[in-house]
Amino acid sequence: MSEVKKIATRESYGNALVELGNEHDDLVVLTADLAAATKTGVFKKAHPDKHINVGIAEANMTGIAAGLATTGKVPFCSSFAMFSAGRAFEQVRNSIGYPHLNVKIGATHAGISVGEDGASHQCNEDIALMRTIPGMVIINPADDVEARAAVKAAYEYVGPVYLRFGRAAVPVFNDEATYKFEMGKGIVLKEGKDLTIVATGLTVPESMEAAKMLANDGIDAEVINIHTIKPLDEELIIASAKKTGRVVTAEEHSVIGGLGSAVCDCLSEKLPTPVKKIGMQDVFGESGSAAALIHKYQLDAEGIYNQIKEFLK
Amino acid sequence: MNKLELQKTANEIRKGIVTSVHAAKAGHPGGSLSCADIMTYLYFEEMNIDPKNPKKEDRDRFVLSKGHCAPALYSTLAQRGYFPVEELTTLRKLGSHLQGHPCMQHTPGVDMSSGSLGQGISVAVGMALSAKMYGNDFRVYTLLGDGEIAEGQVWEASMFAGFKKLDNLVVIVDNNNLQIDGPVTEVCDPYPIDEKFKAFNFHVINCDAHDFDSIEAAFKEARETKGMPTAIIAKSLKGKGVSFMENNVAWHGTAPNDEQYAIAMADLEKVGEALCQK
Repeated sequence: MSEVKKIATRESYGNALVELGNEHDDLVVLTADLAAATKTGVFKKAHPDKHINVGIAEANMTGIAAGLATTGKVPFCSSFAMFSAGRAFEQVRNSIGYPHLNVKIGATHAGISVGEDGASHQCNEDIALMRTIPGMVIINPADDVEARAAVKAAYEYVGPVYLRFGRAAVPVFNDEATYKFEMGKGIVLKEGKDLTIVATGLTVPESMEAAKMLANDGIDAEVINIHTIKPLDEELIIASAKKTGRVVTAEEHSVIGGLGSAVCDCLSEKLPTPVKKIGMQDVFGESGSAAALIHKYQLDAEGIYNQIKEFLK
Repeated sequence: MNKLELQKTANEIRKGIVTSVHAAKAGHPGGSLSCADIMTYLYFEEMNIDPKNPKKEDRDRFVLSKGHCAPALYSTLAQRGYFPVEELTTLRKLGSHLQGHPCMQHTPGVDMSSGSLGQGISVAVGMALSAKMYGNDFRVYTLLGDGEIAEGQVWEASMFAGFKKLDNLVVIVDNNNLQIDGPVTEVCDPYPIDEKFKAFNFHVINCDAHDFDSIEAAFKEARETKGMPTAIIAKSLKGKGVSFMENNVAWHGTAPNDEQYAIAMADLEKVGEALCQK
């Protein structure tokens, strides 16, 4: 078997911005002293006059992006998820969300796969925060192909979008030739009848692996990739839950307020179904390699498999 | 407009402020009255705008960073012809386009939603930056409270504006010396305000917020200033024009009752009559 190519979705973000910048004069990329880390540095190289560094001032960057949007520009506001969604939450809420301005928030370094920097920089709360803002679209792509497509879709969409990217290189499992990104539409990666795994971001390929392990035990799992957490593809999730009767969610985020909560919000109202939420169990992360952390917090295939087995007991 | 016409217009705008806040039984009259002359000058003299085409692309922009003074903005916009003056009495009521704080999606002429202090200046900086990046000529004005400048974001925005030499940006500080909890010097002393903006690479002008000669000179100087943004520190009187509201912190966020409203309007009618004698 050939080695799977790995690319961090933050790289995809930078590369997609360069391509968009080649075609669109109204695209402006902002960063708060994190051009290299958020990978907007490649955009700066290609389009220096459209790259704005505001210094370490995320609240101000968010407002500047809003101001640019009021003049018809399409700003991509780039920082770490911790600061984009955390520090600048109220600016995102009041200066972008409330007036529904056409600002794209490119949040990199989301989740525990930040790794060695530790809990202060590992944002497991951003999806929860962004979900509460009316009209905010939230996209958490799973690989390079999906991430680049998501950035382009976010540009085409008029309105605020929160794009969530990771620091660590993750497997490229989508085939660029056939992949189609549709905002708000989940993707069934594997059909099954015994339970549904709804995954997002880097837990998607891990969930596929877990499904293979479950198959060895005679359990036929359906795997759904939810790249758009808001608006959620409720139709797809309800149809799958109706078929399997059991749902597991997997995300590199707190189980409070993230994909798991979004799925529960939907199912509890429309089709009450037993749900197991896999994610950060209301704890902070810690320093360590991304792989070690993903393993410790049971977000890898083995961890997901074990938690599902427990759930099925 | 000559000075007398500006004074008369400002007086009408003050009546609209008092009338709308009275009708709403809530709102912020003190800081709205203190900035009424500045607002008058901006919308009747300074800014390139068209009430018939509120979203005209090359228009000058205004961001009310001290968004709680929405009554001043609404009354000014109504006087300028963006919407009927009669609508001012719907302020803060269910279904009105006149929200408690400015909402750009609902009210014609409002260039940015605001209300959470410290944020408007960043948005104004973004607008000014856009004009510079894309070679547009429009200018951007933003009005801040002197209490508001305690927000750290104000200085993030100022540092960037000074660094980027945004000479199409004018930051006005309505320096009425009072904030909700008392005199600004007792809450968290912001002085010296002018020196602070100077340190952030602004051209700084001190002016009298209730003297149209002083206001005119300030905006003229701002327009002539190249290579750096301008900050106008406008020394004002909170509650200006209404006897019992002047320099009284109690009127920061309180609406007059019927009796007080009658006195307030009588005060303003008297000013109006005096202006008509001129």
